[in-house]
Amino acid sequence: MPCFSLTSLLLVAEEAAAAAETAESTGLLNMDRLPLLGVAVFFVVAVVFWISVARSGGEINVREIAGLKAIEEAVGRATEMGRSVLFVPGIQDVSEIQTIAGITVLSKVAKTAAEYDAKVEVPVARTLVMVTARETVQEAFLAAGRPDAYNEDLIYYVTDEQFGYVAYLSGMMVREKPAACIYMGCFYAESLILAETGNSIGAIQVAGTAMPAQLPFFVAACDYTLIGEEFYAASAYLSESPAELGSLKGQDLAKVLAFGLIGLGALLATATQFVPSLQGAFDFFTGTLLG
Amino acid sequence: MMKRTIPMLLAMAAGIVMILAYFFPPLTPLQDKTTVWFNILAAVAFILGGGNLLKVHLKKVSDRREGWAYSMITLAAFVGVLAIGLFKIGVNPLDEFPDQRMAGDFRAEGSGFWYVYEYVFAPLTATIFSMLAFYVASAAFRAFRAKNLEAILLLGTAFVILLGRTAAGVFLTDFLPEEGMLANFRLENLTVWIMNNPVTAGNRAIMIGIALGTASVSLKILLGVDRSYLGGGD
Repeated sequence: MPCFSLTSLLLVAEEAAAAAETAESTGLLNMDRLPLLGVAVFFVVAVVFWISVARSGGEINVREIAGLKAIEEAVGRATEMGRSVLFVPGIQDVSEIQTIAGITVLSKVAKTAAEYDAKVEVPVARTLVMVTARETVQEAFLAAGRPDAYNEDLIYYVTDEQFGYVAYLSGMMVREKPAACIYMGCFYAESLILAETGNSIGAIQVAGTAMPAQLPFFVAACDYTLIGEEFYAASAYLSESPAELGSLKGQDLAKVLAFGLIGLGALLATATQFVPSLQGAFDFFTGTLLG
Repeated sequence: MMKRTIPMLLAMAAGIVMILAYFFPPLTPLQDKTTVWFNILAAVAFILGGGNLLKVHLKKVSDRREGWAYSMITLAAFVGVLAIGLFKIGVNPLDEFPDQRMAGDFRAEGSGFWYVYEYVFAPLTATIFSMLAFYVASAAFRAFRAKNLEAILLLGTAFVILLGRTAAGVFLTDFLPEEGMLANFRLENLTVWIMNNPVTAGNRAIMIGIALGTASVSLKILLGVDRSYLGGGD
């Protein structure tokens, strides 16, 4: 025990020394990241401001997102055909923000399925996602007034291995022929294999991801695709909660800032061609301000 | 409270530490610790996953449900590979401890686990991955059908890019000069222009939207506005 305490003390002392060394060598604030900190603060203030505006009754409109509207249609079709709805929350863990966005959509899918008395099957590639998805689906069934219809065995772990997971899903899709396949989360090379298999069995397919390289595959093979920020807006769109809708407005403000910076950069780059003395300002803008 | 508030506070604290550590270097050790905690949680959950896998497939076999034979194969593979790894079957002892077979690395070359990985797992993975080529062909066939103006534009652009990336593209526009304005219309140069300008511009627009969306969702979680990851509800 004394040995353990001594080791702990030594470890703590080592960590403190390392932290002090880091602070000495780089200072309290990483100055290279100061402009980014400014942008982050602007973004936080904009989002918090619009959340408070929305909470105090300010009206916020969100354009219709066809992919999310189609979810109800897909679940309804599955009910009519007596087949299941397959929901795939991507292949990453809950530490990935896309997985969390996917779980939010799952909540809506599960609630609709509970109302229609349809079966939602959620095979997952990460155990923590399985636990989270089970909690979410159970809550959704409870909210729909059908807690008895919840079956935790429909949300299960397959494997962490990317292509092992794909092989299982493809086989299951061909054998069980789900009427609707919904892919919401982080995907890599498996996106096209899944979407093409779903297409070959004639399922309605809705996909959403923030992986730019996988978007063309989903667009080509699925009926509806939520592209990047639409996927992240799904949570606010589906919940219709003023606080969440307010965050979308704050996000739009940050987008205006981004547009402004792009416009300023383009203007400076063009002006530098005619007025060489502006080169310093351009270098500061691209090198320091934008990192 | 134990089910919602405490996990939410933990998530908020961990998230805030991760963000602040990016700007304030003295917080980096705390950031590393948070990552270690996540890894510990994930390791515990992995046992849960193994248990769930056994439960699901054993139930399928005992109920003789459709496809139960696949479940048998899954169970056999799971138990077999676990045994090979745990009991270090075929592991060569280290030079320092020639009498202690269990001291060797279970992933070392020549071990049973290594054989399973190299000669079973890797080929199976490669097989699934190589199927992508066929899926790309069928998806492209559907996507490139010239059914409206947008599809025609997509088809035309794809045609230029595909040709420009092959020797045929260079050969087809070889008659154009290598210098001057007409050189821009050589297929290999046109391909580079398309990739560097319209494609990059479109990609960056999507990336900016994604970055802001990621930040917004993260912020909603940190502020406790979005609690879907705790099972939905307010």
